[in-house]
Amino acid sequence: MAISIQNLRRYGKPVLFLMLSFPALWLGHEWYYAYQGLESSLGWNPVEAFHRITGDWAIRILLLSLAVSPLAKIMKSPKPIVFRRMIGLFAFFYVFLHLGGYIWLDKAFIWPDIWQDVVKRKYITVGVTALLLFIPLALTSTNSWIKRLGARNWQRLHKSVYVIGILTSAHFIMMRKGFQLEPLVYAGILGFLFLLRSKAVMNKLRR
Amino acid sequence: MLIKKRNSWDESENAVTSENVYLNRRKFLSAAGLSIGSAAVGLSAVSNAQSERALKELAFKKTDFGQDEKLTAEAAITNYNNYYEFGTSKSEPAKNAWRLKTTPWNVKVDGLVEKTRDYSFEDLIDMNALEERIYRFRCVEAWSMVVPWIGIPLASIIKKLNPLGSAKYVRFETLADSDQMPGIRWPVLDWPYVEGLRMDEAMNPLTLMVVGLYGKEIPNQNGAPMRLITPWKYGYKSIKSIARITFTEEQPVSSWTKSAPNEYGFYSNVNPEVSHPRWSQASERKIGNFGRMPTQKFNGYGEMVADMYAGMDLRVNH
Repeated sequence: MAISIQNLRRYGKPVLFLMLSFPALWLGHEWYYAYQGLESSLGWNPVEAFHRITGDWAIRILLLSLAVSPLAKIMKSPKPIVFRRMIGLFAFFYVFLHLGGYIWLDKAFIWPDIWQDVVKRKYITVGVTALLLFIPLALTSTNSWIKRLGARNWQRLHKSVYVIGILTSAHFIMMRKGFQLEPLVYAGILGFLFLLRSKAVMNKLRR
Repeated sequence: MLIKKRNSWDESENAVTSENVYLNRRKFLSAAGLSIGSAAVGLSAVSNAQSERALKELAFKKTDFGQDEKLTAEAAITNYNNYYEFGTSKSEPAKNAWRLKTTPWNVKVDGLVEKTRDYSFEDLIDMNALEERIYRFRCVEAWSMVVPWIGIPLASIIKKLNPLGSAKYVRFETLADSDQMPGIRWPVLDWPYVEGLRMDEAMNPLTLMVVGLYGKEIPNQNGAPMRLITPWKYGYKSIKSIARITFTEEQPVSSWTKSAPNEYGFYSNVNPEVSHPRWSQASERKIGNFGRMPTQKFNGYGEMVADMYAGMDLRVNH
């Protein structure tokens, strides 16, 4: 029943790659239709839909990446770690699409307006901060960077993904008008992942 | 083991299922639920038949308003809605609003008025006086539409109700019934939805009580059976499915003002010069277009409304 790490690398990773690519491919396909004025699943405001869908997938995949290490601990197996880097980079990819959609589709590269948004609108300030913190993690995701920094420093640096998680969750909550449930569900999942970092909770789960 | 782990990703993939399929599935489920439920009490399929209300054609006279505007597609107007009582996404109201029972419809009229009582829809709306007005509609989220509304001036209703001279404001309330409105089970806002106008705004000839659009009765998701339209204000002022009208001396506190006073003021006039903490109001995206266009002060209706705010600092009174 057990699948070797080699096989996870060889077959599991390409499968996961396809799965995580799927939302972006689907979105590109629907956008192509929407832009031509044809019927698409993006509804009547495709720009808004693009923000929403890329944002949803960015936070989902980010939370998934945060779940990998706790899962490995619970399973008492290093196998899930095989996928961690790819999941993290996909989270960054969707954040990048989210930002690109905002700069290009929404704001049409009008930089003064974008700058005004970043400084004036708090949820955008928070979102941009999360994005900026994410860049060094994406850049140092390679094996050679792990070597260059040393495993301990690298790990310390990459713990900041939890800060990114908090900022992302805050960005989502702040973005919604009124008191809405959906972003709180994501915040709850993030809170649960934080709980898993506590040794006491983890020991109970591993038993 | 591996298969188990994949299950969680499979679930994420499901969420990309096209919106239509997803929503139809839910509609199907609720319809199925209804028929099972009604079968259980021996009512057969009657309640299913009510799920989609047929919208009657209305008799109305045309007006000059917005004759040079290009109308937003009817399907966009009736499928892209903010009506949080039926869900917080844009597509949910069109899927859920069939639950709203619009006949008979009663409006409670109270406060500083000659006679406190309930009025029926028919008491308030003179169906022989309906007119069509094509207005621009500007949402605070920086999108806009052009809508052929059908209704009567609110002023004609207020005259009928005889408010007292001491009445300075009109307060409106949307119906709040969790049996009909699944969205109010969660406190997105302090239900019922409340909005208000100063008396001169309410009496302004532009202010319309709307009962139809695109030549027919107004669909539930757009605020049936009667809703307000104040085209020079952001869309949230144009309260839907009005169940109560109260004349007051004090300025009413709207649901949005209560939720975030720094974001939503009492006046909420469309104004590209007054920055908003969430969305730049300098430009807007007209539904159906991809680019943005500049937003006009008072949504372009300044000639008819600007006098009412003479001498007021519109930044403070936003």
